Amino acid sequence: MVAGMVLALNGDEAAAYAVKQCKPDVIAAYPITPQTIIVERLSEFVADGELDAEFISAESEHSALSACIGASAMGARTYTATASQGLALMYEMLFVASSFRLPIVMSVANRALNSPLNIWNDMSDTMGARDCGWIQIYNENAQEVYDFTIQAFRIAEDHGVLLPVMVCHDGFIVSHSTEGVETLSDSEVDSFLPPRDPVYPLDVERPVTIGCVGVPEYYPEIKYQQEVATKKSISKIKEIMNEFNEDFGRNYGIIEEYRMEDAEVAILTIGSASGTAKDAVDEMRTEGKPVGLLKLRLFRPLPVKDLRKALSDVKVVGVVDRHISFGALGGALNMEVRAALYEMKDRPHVMGFPTGLGGRDIRVEHFIKIADELLKIAERDMLEEDYRVVGCRGPGCIGP
Amino acid sequence: MKTWDEVPFAGYILEPGNAESYKTGDWRSRQKPVLSQEKCTFCLLCWIYCPDGAIVRKEDAVEIDYYHCKGCGICSYECPSGAIRMKSELEET
Ligand code: SF4
Ligand code: SF4
Repeated sequence: MVAGMVLALNGDEAAAYAVKQCKPDVIAAYPITPQTIIVERLSEFVADGELDAEFISAESEHSALSACIGASAMGARTYTATASQGLALMYEMLFVASSFRLPIVMSVANRALNSPLNIWNDMSDTMGARDCGWIQIYNENAQEVYDFTIQAFRIAEDHGVLLPVMVCHDGFIVSHSTEGVETLSDSEVDSFLPPRDPVYPLDVERPVTIGCVGVPEYYPEIKYQQEVATKKSISKIKEIMNEFNEDFGRNYGIIEEYRMEDAEVAILTIGSASGTAKDAVDEMRTEGKPVGLLKLRLFRPLPVKDLRKALSDVKVVGVVDRHISFGALGGALNMEVRAALYEMKDRPHVMGFPTGLGGRDIRVEHFIKIADELLKIAERDMLEEDYRVVGCRGPGCIGP
Repeated sequence: MKTWDEVPFAGYILEPGNAESYKTGDWRSRQKPVLSQEKCTFCLLCWIYCPDGAIVRKEDAVEIDYYHCKGCGICSYECPSGAIRMKSELEET
């Protein structure tokens, strides 16, 4: 492929092409739909001699991430990709990677978890892994997948961050949809992403022990150190995003506003649903209804201050999750946005709308129903329900 | 003890071979071995059997390293000369 051109790539191919340009030393992965294309493309790049990397075909996702942990601890630039059950199988090692502060980059093509057996899109996988200490970036389309895969390596390996990064895109909706992607040339990627400079590389002259016992007398100090590092990474992530914007003419933020001027109610989305929601906002605005949209790109670390600022002037927020946290307040995003806004003086009402479960299509009319509900809440200045599932047949839901 | 901003990065151990400084002697819960030099024949069986390397071999005598001794009593059991007696530490305190 010729670099620095607009290429027709689906989300998975965009990830693979970006990874190739980032020149990882080690890739360890196990294929799983809808991420398989990424691993296939990368193995082709390696087989064809276009990418000089150690490609490890692991026997499971648990092994794949374990291999990545070893490689990254040694000092290698390391990459993997997974989805759904694969991420679930990695769960144990996710904590190890982040606690070792290893800058592993992992693409996740979001997919529902069994049962019933379902290979289609929702975010049960990564939302369930939100407490594993990884940075999580959610992308709307193939262009964003490409751009943020490159930025993910810069973010992860920055000495002010040193944390693993999950780069998420919706399975099939993004992973398998072909779009025009404006790529960078190899030299542009090289200038943005220097080779990794590991802090404690494998060195016989300077041996270190990683993964020792942390007795109760030390565990809290080590964990709090990790918490502070994770919180602090927000400003570094913004800095790196701004640099990328300036270098390559993009306009990314950790939260993006769409038609929020004078909005009384806001829909808050994550991932590919944001595009559909924008169409709904346009329709509502044509009818003179004061509806705006916020798209959250960075979910971990949660940009609490930015959320408060962005939502300080609206009366109601509708949070659109793409998964359910069973027995709580809808989805995780809804709960966290609510928690983040709770101490604000004139806080808006926050209602959750879990939707798009297991690949159920979420359409413009769904968002119009959500926006109408938000306008009603604004009018009566009272929330009657914490959440309502959208895109489900039957009593209590907004369907079908 | 070190605060969170003083502990090494991610709890890495930066000085190699520092397991020795870990005071496993803290693990003794009831009894400690007491050596009688007069009875000792310097046969070194205790030195071989101690699972913690807590018997220190000197020029012509052995000594017990209480910083690491876990009080298991193996040395006392194995000593053919009855030179090691297990003494209750509860009485001491
Ligand atoms: S009591 Fe056990 S640990 Fe202590 S010196 Fe004897 S054999 Fe070693
Ligand atoms: S086993 Fe008994 S006699 Fe032999 S060296 Fe040890 S204390 Fe002395």
